[in-house]
Amino acid sequence: MTSYNEFVIRFANVNGSGSASANGMFAKALFRMGIPVTTRNIFPSNIQGLPTWYEVRASAREYFGRREKVDIMVAMNAETYTEDVDRLESGGYLIYDSTRGRPRELCREDVTEIGIPITKLILSEFSDPKQRQLFKNIVYVGALSALLNMEFEVLTSMVASQYRGKDKLIQPNIRALELGRNYALKYLPCPMDIQTRSADLIGDRILVDGNEASALGAIYGGATLCAWYPITPSTSVADAFEKHASRLRVDPETKKKRFAIIQAEDELSAIGMVIGAGWNGARAFTATSGPGISLMNEFLGLAYFAEVPAVVFDVQRAGPSTGMPTRTQQSDLLSVAFASHGDTKHPILLPAAPKECFDFAADAFDLAERIQSPVIVMTDLELGMNQTLSEPFQWDDSRRYDRGKVLDFDDLEEIERYGRYVDSDGDGIGYRTLPGTHPTKGSFFTRGSSRNEWAVYTEDPQSYINNMDRLTKKWETIRRLMPAAEIESRNGRAGIIYFGTTTTPMKESLLMLDENGIALNTLRIRSYPFGADVAEFIETHETIFLVEQNRDAQMKSLLTLDLGIDPEKIISILYYGGFSISADYIVDSVTEHYVVNKLPRLREVES
Amino acid sequence: MTFVPKPSARHPLLKTNEIGLTRRDYEAIVSTLCAGCGHDSVSAAVIQACHELSIPPHQFAKVSGIGCSSKTPSYFLGNAHGFNSVHGRMPSIATGAYIANKDLKYIGISGDGDSASIGLGQFAHIIRRRVNMCYIVDNNGTYGLTKGQFSATNDRGSTSKRGVPNLYAPIDLVSLAIQLGASFVARSFSGDKQQLIPLIKAAVLHKGFAFIDVISPCVMFNNHDGSTKSYTHVRNHTEPVVDANLIMPRDEITVEYEEGTTTSVPMHDGSKLQLRKLSDSYEPNNRVSALTYVQKAQEEGEIVTGLLFLEEDAVDCHDILGTLDTPFNELDEENLCPGTERLEQINDSLR
Repeated sequence: MTSYNEFVIRFANVNGSGSASANGMFAKALFRMGIPVTTRNIFPSNIQGLPTWYEVRASAREYFGRREKVDIMVAMNAETYTEDVDRLESGGYLIYDSTRGRPRELCREDVTEIGIPITKLILSEFSDPKQRQLFKNIVYVGALSALLNMEFEVLTSMVASQYRGKDKLIQPNIRALELGRNYALKYLPCPMDIQTRSADLIGDRILVDGNEASALGAIYGGATLCAWYPITPSTSVADAFEKHASRLRVDPETKKKRFAIIQAEDELSAIGMVIGAGWNGARAFTATSGPGISLMNEFLGLAYFAEVPAVVFDVQRAGPSTGMPTRTQQSDLLSVAFASHGDTKHPILLPAAPKECFDFAADAFDLAERIQSPVIVMTDLELGMNQTLSEPFQWDDSRRYDRGKVLDFDDLEEIERYGRYVDSDGDGIGYRTLPGTHPTKGSFFTRGSSRNEWAVYTEDPQSYINNMDRLTKKWETIRRLMPAAEIESRNGRAGIIYFGTTTTPMKESLLMLDENGIALNTLRIRSYPFGADVAEFIETHETIFLVEQNRDAQMKSLLTLDLGIDPEKIISILYYGGFSISADYIVDSVTEHYVVNKLPRLREVES
Repeated sequence: MTFVPKPSARHPLLKTNEIGLTRRDYEAIVSTLCAGCGHDSVSAAVIQACHELSIPPHQFAKVSGIGCSSKTPSYFLGNAHGFNSVHGRMPSIATGAYIANKDLKYIGISGDGDSASIGLGQFAHIIRRRVNMCYIVDNNGTYGLTKGQFSATNDRGSTSKRGVPNLYAPIDLVSLAIQLGASFVARSFSGDKQQLIPLIKAAVLHKGFAFIDVISPCVMFNNHDGSTKSYTHVRNHTEPVVDANLIMPRDEITVEYEEGTTTSVPMHDGSKLQLRKLSDSYEPNNRVSALTYVQKAQEEGEIVTGLLFLEEDAVDCHDILGTLDTPFNELDEENLCPGTERLEQINDSLR
């Protein structure tokens, strides 16, 4: 039976072999044919020579989660061949380079094997050793275009636009595409049962990764300083900020920049610069991952107590630090929420898609200045580094930055006595002044703690308590300012909670569960501290599942601590293998709970 | 330590500077450091220098790390904002602050524990980045607030108050600063106002990273016979090289004693320090010879004081980064937000 626009294809390559651009071109071609796609780059912590995989999921139904098995495997790496063959679905296709023989015992009866003499084709056509290596990848893309019945013009026009200005590269690339395509058309059963066909399912959406979206959000949100230290998987936030700011933030006449990027000596310094700039009234951010968060702890506490705005992007990876830096996880939640010594807590924004990365990035700067405290935007490698279908970025030109409570010269003129930490509005947030504002009024000494509301040093217990209680009041103000959860009712008695990238496989999971007779209402957490909507959702459902990508159910702890919820009420679904959680895993976990506890379903299903 | 607040009354004859402010306008709350602490002399020198420069006090921003030295920004320029940050991390705060507003004058106060131990990395990198500021280390070779542990600038063989010798070689911040590219490097002694005040003035006016290592004896933990940073030891081993009689692009700074003479500098504890003016042969514009000179003197047990290295017309970090002349903290949506039209183009490029 032929299926259209619904498959997972995985490319198994060796890193450093130039496969990334060919694979990316393949994904983009599907996108341009109007087919919803998402991509996953599974790569080692290495520059050259280790196995790397690139997965594309095309899904007219918009199922974007990772699947445990794949439909088409392009097996270009002998080292992982066995593993790659095992990963194929029954009925799937194995595409391999047939120039040399393969071990016979690795063949599977239930998959279709398609051999293409890629190396041989290349050797006869290209003489340059570098081209011979690079074009292997292009040849299999060309062959796939025939096997999957793709529009060839989409690919050739992409080559033309990609190498615009380097025209002599266009023809060899197209030649390589044709080599693969013509071979497939002539010698292989084209098209396969798994096929593509042009569709109109994209609308005005875009294909982008979360890190680029975050960087653009920072530019639109008015960030002027990006201070950072290289760390996978957050590096591309700084890279994208530089790329776009160099186009969007340079004075056309003087060529001077309205932004600064400083690659710091370490993460301590990076966050220090962000806090220094925030103290002085400029919007600044850093991008990091778990190990960087650990190093930033002391400074994050200082910013909390000193009440200085700062924005941090934590693109999470699997811990510990040297373990799986190129794998994804949601395991920094607790360390971020309570980063630092003493009584500290920090608000967190949890985007689930690139468009939301953009929105939350811009919002984070408003929020940080409004609440005069660090705001942490938490994504992960899965969202940050993989291109996926996203709503287009939007901006309202009438939007004004919320610079929070900052007194200028005229304000200070009218004030009899200025006190930095006086809670005159009753929301726990005092008024800031920036250095250099007024000759005689408004100066104060910023320090970690041990001060009264006039910013005067004191070790008086009551002053300390007053300050801490005001910060608690501020926390409740923050709670009201955070984006609300996204709730959908499916008339179930049970509910499922997810956040960030555990959102990705949810659409598919819910439909699969529905087939199992299980209807779940859903709640997507978008921020911490949690709103009353989250508390109510948990209270009004008999059974609550919470899906997380960490071992210790960190979100469950946060919910328990922040809302005083009985932890027994929440059933955790936890995945922490370093890949993103799949719909299969979620469905199996929920279904097992129903089976074990003999919970009633909407209808009887065959088990 | 004193708890007496300063009276607000002023003598009508108090000398005013060019902008009509008295020295008192540059002061702040009374110090809570130990009586006789060298750091208070440094604060007094900062007050005097800033007053003489006639820069409005609120046009300064004071930054510090943690330690006795880092408390001192509370005690000068009360009308300027201050940031007492994290141990050893003042350089990053200063860098961010300077990126946000290039128009203020930045004075950083650190200590030897703050800059030579926990913050050595940040100290090195702020020099590389050429942040435009006056960076002073109150160097007493000891950890005062935690009661007398050795710091990394303490000389090998120098003893603690309990008589225990230091086993490790010292880190010389001056040599490091010269080597890492600071464009203004000086060393002085907290008790030597005649030398220190002009140095601070020059450092404040210098465009680029100006570093002053100020030997500042700790009266509690490092002012005994076995210490190489005691008042007595430093007085007996000081060799001043260059007076700060330099002409800066925007102002003239002079010292009060003449070349080729010795001068007797009264200290706040009543003692006197003999300073010898250097020979004209010292050349402060060469990084290599400056470094050699400092290290040679060190080998001979001498502390060289004065302006040791100066690179005029230095570039600073904003020059390197190519940033706008307007301070970043004055930019609004119009300057920062590219708007919907550009965003649509970006969306298109992602289709």
